[in-house]
Amino acid sequence: MKEFENLGLLNINSSLYKTRLSPKFINRKPYKKADQRIILSFIPGTVLDILVSEGQKVKKGDDLMILDAMKMQNKLKSTADGTVRKIFVNKGNKVAKGTKLIEMK
Amino acid sequence: MAVNKKIRELQEKRQKILLGGGEQAIEKQKAMGKRTARERIMALLDKDSFMEYDMFVEHDARDFDMDKKSLPSDGVIIGSGTIYGAPVAIFAQDFTVAGGSLGLMHSRKIAKIMDHALKMRIPLIGINDSGGARIQEGVNSLAGYGEIFFRNTISSGVIPQISVILGPCAGGAVYSPALMDFVFVVDNISKMFITGPEVIKTVLGEEISMEELGGARVHSEITGNAHFFAHSEDECFEQIKRLITFIPWNNSRKAKSFDPGEPDKSFDPEKIVPDDPTLPYDVKDVIRSIVDKSDFFEIMELYAKNIVIGFGRLGGRTTGFVANQPLEMAGVLDVDSSDKAARFIRYCDAFNIPIVTLVDLPGYLPGVDQEHAGVIRHGAKVLYAYSEATVPKLTVILRKAYGGGYIAMSSRHLRADFVFAWPTAEIAVMGPEGAANIIFRKEIMSSDDPDGMRKQKVEEYKAKFANPYVAAAKGYVDAVIEPKETRRFLLHAIEVSENKVVPMPEKKHGLPPF
Repeated sequence: MKEFENLGLLNINSSLYKTRLSPKFINRKPYKKADQRIILSFIPGTVLDILVSEGQKVKKGDDLMILDAMKMQNKLKSTADGTVRKIFVNKGNKVAKGTKLIEMK
Repeated sequence: MAVNKKIRELQEKRQKILLGGGEQAIEKQKAMGKRTARERIMALLDKDSFMEYDMFVEHDARDFDMDKKSLPSDGVIIGSGTIYGAPVAIFAQDFTVAGGSLGLMHSRKIAKIMDHALKMRIPLIGINDSGGARIQEGVNSLAGYGEIFFRNTISSGVIPQISVILGPCAGGAVYSPALMDFVFVVDNISKMFITGPEVIKTVLGEEISMEELGGARVHSEITGNAHFFAHSEDECFEQIKRLITFIPWNNSRKAKSFDPGEPDKSFDPEKIVPDDPTLPYDVKDVIRSIVDKSDFFEIMELYAKNIVIGFGRLGGRTTGFVANQPLEMAGVLDVDSSDKAARFIRYCDAFNIPIVTLVDLPGYLPGVDQEHAGVIRHGAKVLYAYSEATVPKLTVILRKAYGGGYIAMSSRHLRADFVFAWPTAEIAVMGPEGAANIIFRKEIMSSDDPDGMRKQKVEEYKAKFANPYVAAAKGYVDAVIEPKETRRFLLHAIEVSENKVVPMPEKKHGLPPF
């Protein structure tokens, strides 16, 4: 029998298999439940305008920020009534997809 | 004398055109490690076999001062020739002429050779090396791409279509290769993407090089767009020639037969596969222990390595192999490996190539990423492809064949013609550990020594179900065979299946889950 290098263990239905693990499997992102209080950029773009300030009370549907992406000005709206706890970005910032923009309370 | 003069005139015209975009442009092409379009054709085809058509074609664009520009052969070479004596139609874009850009006449030349290939029922080879649409020709160049995509689709499954990416192939242009059967790429030369790094940077702010975005390695390892990866144009041409030896000219023929030869004795199937189903081995060695002269030609070697696909010969005749690879990700089926296998099965079916399936898999890969990436719909492709295939389907279960994976891998239930199993085969609804945990849950939980009880129950389950005989007793397995008998049984099965006929219900076409 041949000997193989770089073997790991893969659990399928309670059996542990000695095998090579693919980079795609190793680098997969573990699933995390979305935190409703934190607003992330859903697309990479530029923060065109911030319409609220920290501590401000907002109602569901209020505009929070304008994110310029794909030649569109996207209005980010509040999904619930609450208070703006923290703003992580400044006007003019370029943000990648998934960047923390605002934390609500 | 007049004739001589005219012949000389022809020779001079040809000489001028053969220079393509001129010496400077050729030098630039060489500096990038690339051959010119005509050199590539000469390197690929049999010596002196190439006949060029439409050499004198010229564009008739008028806008943007195009009327003052002469573009020899309009930037693409077309013609026919042979590879190991087999006729092929070929086109090669000439990057030295206006960056190989695609204008109306350029596309008409490609369409012409494609029509020719389909009419003559010979393989089509396309060499792509182009900056993209010739912007000056506007909507005419879009029309040109559309005409090519349409022909790619209509020819699909009738003649083999081979795409060779030897330079940039960007924007809409990528869809012609994507519609063809096999895509060949070369490290540092091939570049394929829909939107390039510049656009991605402006629009999304992401910075990436062409190579990282759509280089040969990316398409061979990550996207699965490419089927063959080479380090040089020479290696790439050798791969294409080798592929041509395995496939037929068209869908009404069979691939050429070769002198059969016994496999290399150093590949002993009994010594390759460990008895313990959790231990790895290289299934390619099992394939080499079966095929003529141990000669196996792997396809998509770097992508979704948990399944192995490729061609070998049995008794001189081309056979497609699909095999779970326990060495990589335990040989599981997942989104990528399902996609890879399904397309290959359909290729073999379209071109009269029998399929041998070697089974050893624990099932499907669990995970949120897999479920959300659509493992249901992608996994279904394998079931569809095997069920629909009417070429001879021969299955050998080497070791474990659990659950849905067992059904999917060319089982009797999907109408495999022959199912053989080694004595090491375990055909069961799941692995012994998982099964014992469910069936004997109460006994294990209520025991004073749950771990000891679990072990005992696992052993009980193994003894009863981890074998090929339960399935053989139902006729789901035709024969339990010794590993060393595999080649003999397969050779016989191929011979018996030679004139296989399967009636299928009439339909326009099915709806495979793609």
